Amino acid sequence: MTQTDVPAGAETVVALRDVQKWFGDLHVLKDINLSVERGEVVVVIGPSGSGKSTLCRTINRLEPIDSGTIEVAGEPLPAEGKDLAMLRAEVGMVFQSFNLFAHKTILDNVTLGPIKVRKTDKVTAREEALQLLDRVGIRSQADKLPAELSGGQQQRAAIARALAMHPKLMLFDEPTSALDPEMINEVLDVMTDLAQSGMTMIVVTHEMGFARRVADRVVFMSDGEIMEEATPEEFFTNPVTDRAKDFLAKILQH
Amino acid sequence: MEAFFDYLGRYWEFITQRDSDGDLIYNILGAFWVNIQLTLWSGLLALVLGTVVVAMRISPIASLRAVATAYTNIFRDIPLTVVILMMWLVVWTQLGVTFGGKMITDFFVLAVIGLGLYHGSFMAEALRSGVNTVPLGQAEAARAIGLTFMQSARMVVLPQAFRGAVAPIGNTLIALIKNTTVASVGAVSTETSSTMAGMIEFGPQFIFLIFLTFALGYVAIVIPVGTLSTYLSRKLAVKR
Repeated sequence: MTQTDVPAGAETVVALRDVQKWFGDLHVLKDINLSVERGEVVVVIGPSGSGKSTLCRTINRLEPIDSGTIEVAGEPLPAEGKDLAMLRAEVGMVFQSFNLFAHKTILDNVTLGPIKVRKTDKVTAREEALQLLDRVGIRSQADKLPAELSGGQQQRAAIARALAMHPKLMLFDEPTSALDPEMINEVLDVMTDLAQSGMTMIVVTHEMGFARRVADRVVFMSDGEIMEEATPEEFFTNPVTDRAKDFLAKILQH
Repeated sequence: MEAFFDYLGRYWEFITQRDSDGDLIYNILGAFWVNIQLTLWSGLLALVLGTVVVAMRISPIASLRAVATAYTNIFRDIPLTVVILMMWLVVWTQLGVTFGGKMITDFFVLAVIGLGLYHGSFMAEALRSGVNTVPLGQAEAARAIGLTFMQSARMVVLPQAFRGAVAPIGNTLIALIKNTTVASVGAVSTETSSTMAGMIEFGPQFIFLIFLTFALGYVAIVIPVGTLSTYLSRKLAVKR
């Protein structure tokens, strides 16, 4: 189920305006304008080094920007400090390398944020965490350490950890790129369920099948610029720019 | 052979001599106990200082990082003898800083502070090597769920850093144990090297046995510490 028809009067969850970022002399984000409505699933694709991960990381300010504005839920991103921490609590993030807290059990990974940031009591946090672990299919692994789980299980735990904060938005930064092929689908399935439940999502990925099936909108980036923005149907059947055609030709050949 | 046992017997008499009050003239065990106390207190101080300093060094605030780096470089680069001498001759004699009146207490506390400040810089470096074992993604994930810098340092980064730094912390502790003998230059006259110097002065015929006594004493203290740190560094290592 996709949600191409965003209901009228829907709220904008993320708005980037004229965002610029440099790494030294390298202009990694050029005039980025992008807005994401509530319930929308936006998939960002593009060749390596095109700035799509950086774009994703600017939205919760893991990467600061040099100019332009980013608003989340109508509020501009605060500077480093308590306010930023509060904002990050509203934005779930899933990383390529999972980044589960290596010294804590899966359950403790999921409950840490609710207990310490949301001040949820421990019993409630634990119950919710177990429900979430059940939802992503790894409830039986709750008491293990991250290193004892497979990559796919770790990434599903990381999704549960992000969901435990009841985020308004989920960012996925190449969530399946570090996984063995046989584990990719178990993670994509969880993400598909999440999209169908109405979660607002920005997904940076190389999984074209997922983009086709789940995205409301595909954003194609190259050399730090957004080259195309279209429905998956339009983008995959009728890419406009040469760079998009070239990119699709390279990845869809096999 | 008989001459050798005779010699050992005379050494035994030498180290068990008592003064007119019945106290041991060379209280070797007591001297070791002074060094162990110096180690425990200054080790605690160094560990606390090292933790604070390493937290400052990874903080997002540039001025805190600068202060922490300056502290580490200054105390790591000054010879321990100079630090301890300054505690005695500058802090106590010139500045008149005292701790309760008895000179023996003052000198002990000042030696603890000097040893703590000096080894705090090494502890900070040991812990920083532990911080380097923690992948950047751990801190990013902590920030991404809304933990503040202090929370992510306390709950995510430092616990893993400590577990990754057991071996270097152990090495620093071993160096500290032996370095407590430098307290003798800070007027702590009851510790091992002062006791050893006194024994050599009055029993030069036993010089080899005197050295051996103190050397074996330190080996006996350090071996368990080294074994424990090796064991713990394996047991506590964070699986990734």
